[in-house]
Amino acid sequence: MALQRSDVEKIAHLARLGLNEGELPRFTDALNSILGLVDQMQAVDTSGIEPLAHPLEATQRLRPDQVTESNQRDRYQAVAPSTENGLYLVPKVID
Amino acid sequence: MQWEVVIGLEIHTQLATQSKIFSGSATTFGSEPNTQASLVDLGMPGVLPVLNQEAVRMACMFGLAIDAEIGPRNVFARKNYFYPDLPKGYQISQMDLPIVGKGHLDIALEDGTIKRIGVTRAHLEEDAGKSLHEDFNGATGIDLNRAGTPLLEIVSEPDMRSAKEAVAYVKAIHALVRYLGICDGNMAEGSLRCDCNVSIRPKGQTEFGTRCEIKNVNSFRFIERAINSEIQRQIDLIEDGGKVVQETRLYDPNKDETRSMRSKEEANDYRYFPDPDLLPVVIEPGFLDSVRAALPELPPQKVERFQSQYGLSAYDANVLASSREQADYFEQVVKIGGDAKLAANWVMVELGSLLNKLGVEIDQSPVSAEYLGGMLLRIRDNTISGKIAKTVFEAMAAGEGDADSIIESRGLKQVTDTGAIDKMLDEMLAANAEQVEQYRAADEAKRGKMFGFFVGQAMKASKGKANPGQVNQLLKAKLEG
Repeated sequence: MALQRSDVEKIAHLARLGLNEGELPRFTDALNSILGLVDQMQAVDTSGIEPLAHPLEATQRLRPDQVTESNQRDRYQAVAPSTENGLYLVPKVID
Repeated sequence: MQWEVVIGLEIHTQLATQSKIFSGSATTFGSEPNTQASLVDLGMPGVLPVLNQEAVRMACMFGLAIDAEIGPRNVFARKNYFYPDLPKGYQISQMDLPIVGKGHLDIALEDGTIKRIGVTRAHLEEDAGKSLHEDFNGATGIDLNRAGTPLLEIVSEPDMRSAKEAVAYVKAIHALVRYLGICDGNMAEGSLRCDCNVSIRPKGQTEFGTRCEIKNVNSFRFIERAINSEIQRQIDLIEDGGKVVQETRLYDPNKDETRSMRSKEEANDYRYFPDPDLLPVVIEPGFLDSVRAALPELPPQKVERFQSQYGLSAYDANVLASSREQADYFEQVVKIGGDAKLAANWVMVELGSLLNKLGVEIDQSPVSAEYLGGMLLRIRDNTISGKIAKTVFEAMAAGEGDADSIIESRGLKQVTDTGAIDKMLDEMLAANAEQVEQYRAADEAKRGKMFGFFVGQAMKASKGKANPGQVNQLLKAKLEG
């Protein structure tokens, strides 16, 4: 199942990537060749193999429930483009 | 056309941890904006999330309490969408392998029957920040204090058939998480929020109708009203020849209606995938055993025990066990006061209406369990009557001290001296000679009511302090002449 140009447009929109007219066919081809590789891999018999969630042979370490961070707002907000009353300001969101 | 309503709920409960699910920031509600947002919460490049073990333990407690299977290996996934209060551009959640699998919860319906509601799953995830849409010169303000707060999202089966059932289920979940101590249940502060999936279908049809999701309803009352108004909207729509469109809606309590937020067709495709920053979480059987061993007594067991141990009715047991705080208060009163039925009555009736009037929860009661228990002792040893006890209770509520000191300072001790009561009755009867004549002339059927009159006069004459049992006995003897 090959991707159409419209699929790539949709994926680009979801990822908020602005692809221009020249890039769209190029990315459509590139993505389709990746899917071609996936198709080849589909031929491998994977029955009885547990899906891989992570390439490392390890499990998640947990941390104790302790507050270890202190208020560093001023330092973090020093690099923010716009702040007011301790809030980060962003272009108005219309839902 | 007869319609059947189908409701499924997604309940987000904020877990009562000290720190966030993936960072060491505090989770305190109501702090100054962005003072509890660390580099991890801000989604700065190069940071790594590290899972909070307490969030895992709390999720396991919930799973065990609803008889669910706990995933021995659960995996975090990224849910991708763009919104300014989600700095990373994805929410860390769980998709294919949630921590809590299929379980169930029983709810009591109004007619007293018990209905079992299926819980499909419950998964751990992080909360987003808050967008403040007040105008900051045309901009939106972002507070990320809440970003990264641990949530347990509890997803039900579409098992509910009315708004009332849905509310009963939310209340049962609310009581359960508070019993477990894993969520403070404060709906006004957003600690427990509910998304309601509502659809209708002709009665008898097995396929589900198209559903709408009402987002973020945050009180029991609004859940019921939002669902009912959505049901009516769907019925009107279909009966007028229209079709329900699958979409997300918002409930407006002022207009008592739901309105469209966004249609699912245009909704985000979240492109879940396993989060490479987090390894699979393995729940060891030994850990689960220790969680199970530490589970508190849960509402169903408590209701049963209240009936068998204290001889309470099913109704009383249910009311008293509806919150852990109330159940503990009741048991403390019984421990001191001794009489469980008397304690149940006082906690449910007098204390209940006092708290209602003050608008406070039982843990802020102005009358402590120790004081109420102490007062019940004085009722039981006949120091005061049940009627005088109400005066004592009011005085305790007003902060006048414990029952003994109030009885002493106000001189409320019941009169049990037969000689004194005898004398008081003679005076009272002499003052009501006419009524005495009438009583003696009356037939048995009418005497009951007339006798009540004399008892009333006697209690009035003694300012309520005469022992009612003795008054009855002596008065009867005197009137029979």
